[in-house]
Amino acid sequence: MSRPRKPTIELPPVVSFPDDQTKVRARGLNAWFGDKQVLFDVSIDVPSQGVTAIIGPSGCGKSTFVRCVNRMHELVESARLSGEVSLDGESVYGADVDPVLLRRRVGMVFQKPNPFPTMSIRDNVLAGLKLTKTLDKSTAEQNVEQALSQAALWNEVRDRLDEPGGSLSGGQQQRLCIARALAVQPDVLLMDEPCSALDPIATAHIEDLLHTLKEHYTIVIVTHNMQQAARVSDMTAFFLSGELIEFSPTSETFTAPRHQRTEEYITGKFG
Amino acid sequence: MDKSHTDRSYESQLSSLRRGLLQTAGRVEQMLESAISAITERDAQKAREVIANDALVNRAEIEIDQVCLQILARRQPMASDLRFISLALKMITDLERIGDLAVNISERAIDLATEPPFGSYAEIERMGEMVCQLVRRAVEAFVAGDAAAARQLVEDDDAIDQLYTDIFRYILREMIAHPDRIERGIHLQSVAKWLERVGDHAVNLAEQVIFMVKGRDVRHEGKLGSREE
Repeated sequence: MSRPRKPTIELPPVVSFPDDQTKVRARGLNAWFGDKQVLFDVSIDVPSQGVTAIIGPSGCGKSTFVRCVNRMHELVESARLSGEVSLDGESVYGADVDPVLLRRRVGMVFQKPNPFPTMSIRDNVLAGLKLTKTLDKSTAEQNVEQALSQAALWNEVRDRLDEPGGSLSGGQQQRLCIARALAVQPDVLLMDEPCSALDPIATAHIEDLLHTLKEHYTIVIVTHNMQQAARVSDMTAFFLSGELIEFSPTSETFTAPRHQRTEEYITGKFG
Repeated sequence: MDKSHTDRSYESQLSSLRRGLLQTAGRVEQMLESAISAITERDAQKAREVIANDALVNRAEIEIDQVCLQILARRQPMASDLRFISLALKMITDLERIGDLAVNISERAIDLATEPPFGSYAEIERMGEMVCQLVRRAVEAFVAGDAAAARQLVEDDDAIDQLYTDIFRYILREMIAHPDRIERGIHLQSVAKWLERVGDHAVNLAEQVIFMVKGRDVRHEGKLGSREE
């Protein structure tokens, strides 16, 4: 008597969005490291509104996918890709696209908080901005306050802006990195396992922050933690062995997934 | 073939929950059958056995609720596992209610056994058989994960509702014709009403099976639709 569990929901496993609701679009995206192909024909419409979570086992290509969006993939010597990625309908791989400017529009927060440890909290926030423009003091102060407030860190550090970034706790450092990414006023915020090095309280702070940030930014979060994806995201993409298996509303993904392989992964049936 | 959970203790927890549900379903089916034959055969001893068995069903309800809460808190089930736990929590409630209704019927059987027979029990017996079959089919649909069978069952409940109306009218006619049978007639009407409610619980079970298999909530579909129109 095996438990009946095969979902028979007949809906397309990958949801698409119209142009005016899509912020990032990939079509036929393939990516390699040397001879090893890590993404296979990925086509996805990341909606402008809300949080998109990317889940999947280690090595499934989820981090590679987000690194293709802000052109960090090409920073690895042996890396290459084919296919198309666009931001607001314009290719991010166009000949006239400056990757540095692209990365201002598509900010990124990494797994391990990586503030400049000896640089002051203030200068950490301004680091990205200073790369591209000169700031007068009052504009700089405004930017610092705004970015730290958006990252829900202002109240904790307003009296210690000259202290080094490395003096903050892990959770605060991660929010400082988020503030640094927000200071350049990006369109999209890519977060690659932003909570995996944090304790549950710091994680709750980041997750709470996401609910606010999604009002203003398109957020893509890569996470190993399915409960986190279920808590914070509006759409969930499931990658497996470099393929996009399912992209569906999170409210459905974790209660009635559309694809059998999603079902097996999120219920913990591997191999 | 369906895959098992990589975490074997989780797989074993879910299997044991499923076994618990099936054992309780089997016990409740048996209680219901015995309660109906206690009425038709005027067997007070059989009725007392049904009443005694109810404690086991009540205990199973508490145990299954506890297991479900433990799984929810400690495993955070998802997808079909989540739907299965949701089903288990509702299914055990319906099964326990069917057990209670079997007890109610048995209590009337004890009362009626001391009285002279009330006309013909043929229709009550037929209704009892149909209701038992409905419960059995709901449990079988759960075992097989058969949403189509469950859906058919939901529709078949209409026949029981119709039979209840017929029995009600028959008892009413008998009571008008034979006023000395009124008290027994009222008891039998209650029995028919409880059997009809058992049918409703079987429908609930079937709707939960459809949700578990299809991931789609079909409860109140007709009623909600007509209200919105």
